[in-house]
Amino acid sequence: MQQVSTPSQTTLPLVKPHTRLAWVGQLFFIVLGLAVVYILGKNLISNPTLFANIFISGLQLGFVYAMIALGYTMVYGIVKLINFAHGDVFMVGAFVSFFAVTRFNLHQWPLAVFPSIPPMVGVVIGSISVIILSMLICIMLAVTIERVAYKPLRDAPRIAALITAIGVSFFLEYFGALNFVFSPRFIPYERPFEVVAWYIKGGIHQVVPGTQPPDGSITFSNILLIIMLASVLVQIFLQFLVKRTKIGVAMRAASYDKQAARLMGIDVDSVISFTFAIGAAFAGLGGVLYAIAYSSIWSQLGILPGLKAFVAAVLGGIGSIPGAFVGALIMGQAESMTMGYISTPMRDAVAFTILIIVLLIRPTGIFGEPEKEKA
Amino acid sequence: MEFGFLVGSIVKILALLAYIYGILWVMAQPSRWVKAGGLIVAFGVVQLGLTKFGNFQILNSFDSGLLFQASAMTMVALGLNLIYGFNGQFSLGQWGFYGIGAYTAADITYRWVNGDARGLVVIAVGTILGAVILTGINKLLNQIRGVPVMSAFTLYLIGSIAAGYVAVMAGKLLFPVFQPLLGTNLEPGILATGIPLQVVFFLAVILAGVFAAEISFLLGVPVLTLGSDYFGIATLGFTIVVNVLMVNSDTILPFPEMKGGRGMVGIPKLTTWFWAFFFMIVVIVIMRNILRSSTGRAIMSVREDETAAKAMGIDIAGSKLMSFIIGSLFAGMGGAIYAHFIGFLSPGSFDFLVGFNPLIIVVFGGLGSMTGTIAASFGWLFFLEGLLRVLLGQMGTEAPTWRYVLYPLTLLLLMLIRPQGLLGTVEWGFLKAKEVLVRQKPKPASTDTPAVQA
Repeated sequence: MQQVSTPSQTTLPLVKPHTRLAWVGQLFFIVLGLAVVYILGKNLISNPTLFANIFISGLQLGFVYAMIALGYTMVYGIVKLINFAHGDVFMVGAFVSFFAVTRFNLHQWPLAVFPSIPPMVGVVIGSISVIILSMLICIMLAVTIERVAYKPLRDAPRIAALITAIGVSFFLEYFGALNFVFSPRFIPYERPFEVVAWYIKGGIHQVVPGTQPPDGSITFSNILLIIMLASVLVQIFLQFLVKRTKIGVAMRAASYDKQAARLMGIDVDSVISFTFAIGAAFAGLGGVLYAIAYSSIWSQLGILPGLKAFVAAVLGGIGSIPGAFVGALIMGQAESMTMGYISTPMRDAVAFTILIIVLLIRPTGIFGEPEKEKA
Repeated sequence: MEFGFLVGSIVKILALLAYIYGILWVMAQPSRWVKAGGLIVAFGVVQLGLTKFGNFQILNSFDSGLLFQASAMTMVALGLNLIYGFNGQFSLGQWGFYGIGAYTAADITYRWVNGDARGLVVIAVGTILGAVILTGINKLLNQIRGVPVMSAFTLYLIGSIAAGYVAVMAGKLLFPVFQPLLGTNLEPGILATGIPLQVVFFLAVILAGVFAAEISFLLGVPVLTLGSDYFGIATLGFTIVVNVLMVNSDTILPFPEMKGGRGMVGIPKLTTWFWAFFFMIVVIVIMRNILRSSTGRAIMSVREDETAAKAMGIDIAGSKLMSFIIGSLFAGMGGAIYAHFIGFLSPGSFDFLVGFNPLIIVVFGGLGSMTGTIAASFGWLFFLEGLLRVLLGQMGTEAPTWRYVLYPLTLLLLMLIRPQGLLGTVEWGFLKAKEVLVRQKPKPASTDTPAVQA
C-alpha cells in the first residue's frame, strides 16, 4: 500500500545522461591545450634560459600564493564562505612588517640588546620576530572580523555572508587608504635584511650588488629560497596539525558535518575561529615575504593576490590542503608564463580563465573529493 | 553657503524622488492618454528645471550631470536586480557589461563624427547577424538535446566569430559609401550633424546594449552552470578581464582611438535629458512587463526554489540565461548613456572595485524591488556623490576614500539588521504586480440576468 520513495543510491543504477556532440567541447579543450603546449615548447627551445628565469619567478609567485590559498581553502572547507577579506589580511600583514621595520626598527633589536652576538644571527632573529608580530596582528584582525561580521550571519543565506565578506574587504582596503593609516600611495618597502642574488652560468656565482648578471644566466635570490622554505614548512606543519592533533580532528569533523560535530561535544564556534586564525597567520607570513620579495606595498595590495590564491584553492580542490599547494604552484606558473610570453597585463585575465575551465572540466578540483550531499 | 547648498540638495533629492514616484503613479493610470500626457508633462518639468532663465536655473549643470549619471545607474542597477534580486544569481559582472556598452557606443559615435562609418556598420551587422546565428544554434541545440555545455559554448563561439568576420568584411565593403556623406571632423557632412546624428546615437545605445547582451550570452552559457558563489567569482573575473582589455585596447585590441589606459577622449556629448529619460523609462517599462509575464514568473520561481521550479516544468537554465542577458542589455544601454554624457572614458572608471556600486545600490534598495532600486540609484548618486562631497570638502582629497569607508560599514549594518534591503520586495504603483484574484465560482445565471425575453 505505502509506496515510499526508495533511496536512489541503492536501487537505481547510475545512468549516465545521454550526451551528444560531446566531441566538440573536447576538441575545443584539446585545441586550447595544444596551443598552450605549442607556445611554451617554442619558447623553451628558442631561449631556454629565459624560460628558466620565468619558471623561477613563477615559482616564487606560486609559493606565496600557496601560503594565502591555505586560508581560503580551510575557511571554505569549514564555513563554505569565500572569505574576501583574507587578501586584505595579507595586505595588513605586509604593512605591519613595514611599520615594524621602518618606524620601530624591530628587526635590529637583537643587535641593540646583545651587541656581542654575530650580526647574521641578529638579523635572522630580528626578521623572525618581525614576521611573528605580523602573524599575531593578522590573527587578531581575522578573529575580530570573524566574531563581528561573519558569526551573526552563520545561519543566513550564503550570499548574505558573501556580501558581508566583500563589505569587510572594502572596509579594510579603503580604511587602509586613508592618509593617517597606510595612505593610498605605493610605498617602497625597506627590507629587514639584504637580498642576495646568484646566477648560474658555469657554476653558481653571486651577483655583485648594483650590477646586472651576464646575459644568458639563470638568476635566483635568497628571497626565493626563504619563501620556498617557509611555504613547505607551513605545509608540513598544517599536515601535522590537521592529521595528528586533537584540534585538527575537530576541524575535520566540523567541516564534515557541523551539527554532528556539535553533538560530539566539539565547540564548533571556537574551531571556526581557530581556522580563521591559522589562515590569517599564514596570510601574514605570506604578506611579509611578498613585501620583501617585491619591495613595494600599497593599501590594495591584497585584492588580486587574494583572488588568485582563491582560484588556486579551487584549482587544487577546495578544502584540500595539498590541493591548495599544488594549485598555487600551477597558478604561479600560469601567471608567470603569461607575463613572459603573452602580455604582462593579461596576467590577471589568465587566472579567471583557469577558474572557469577548471570548474567546467572538474568542479571538485585536482585533489577535491566529490561534495557530500547534505539534506 | 554650505548650509544653503545642503538644504537645496535635500530639497532636490526629495523633489526628484517625488517626481519619479509621480511618473510611476501616472504610469499606473489605466488610460493610455493619461499615461502619454503624463510622461510628456514629466519630461517637460525637468526640461524646464534644466533651462536657464537669465541667471536663474533650478537644476544647475552639476545637478543635471548627476541626473544623467543617476539614470544610467538606474538602468545598470535594474539589470543587476533582475539578475540577482529576481533570479538569485549573484553576479559581479554587471560593471563589465556597463563598460562594454560604454566603449561600444562611444566607438560608434566617435568614428561617425570623425568620418568613419565602420563603427556603426560593423557593430550593426555583427550584432544582428550574431543574434540570428546564436538564436539559430540555440534552436538547433534545443532540438538535439543532451549537448554538453562546453560543446554548446564552442558552437556559439564559432558562430559569433563567423558573424564578426562577416561584419568586418561588410564594414570594409560599405565604408566608401558613407565616406562623402560623413565629411571630416572639421567639416561634418550631412549625416554627421543634426537629426541623423541623433538617430545614430539612438542606434548606438541600442546596439551597445545588444552587443553587451550577446557577450553576456556567450559568457553565461558556461558560467551559469557553476554554483552560486563560483558564479560570482567568475563574473568578477570577467569584469577584471574586461578592464584589462580596456587598458590595452590600443595594444592587444586593434582600437587605437580608445587610447588604452590614457582614456578615450573626444566622444560627442550627445546625452540630453530627453535621451536619458527616454531610455530609463524604456528600461523600467520593459523590465516591469517582463516581470509580469510568464517569463518573469519563471525567473522569480528559480530564485525561490530551483527544484520546485524544475518540477513545475520551468527551463531553469533558460530562465537564468534570459535574466542574465536582459540584465546585461540594460547595463550596456546605461553604459552608452554614461559615455555620451561624460565625453571621456577611462578604464579606471570601470575598475571592478567601482563595480560593487550597483550591488550596493541593489542591496540597499531591496532585492527584488524595482521601486527600491530606482529610489536607491537616485538617492545614492545625489546623496553620496553630491552631498557627501560637499560635506567632506574640507577634507580635500580624502573625501572619496572616506566615502568608501562609510559604504561598507552601512552595508555590513544592513546585512546584519535587514538582509533583504531597505524596501524588501515592496513595489509601488505602476510597478506593483497584479493581485492574483481568487477564482470565484460563476454565479447562477438566473439571478444576474433579468428575464428579458419574458
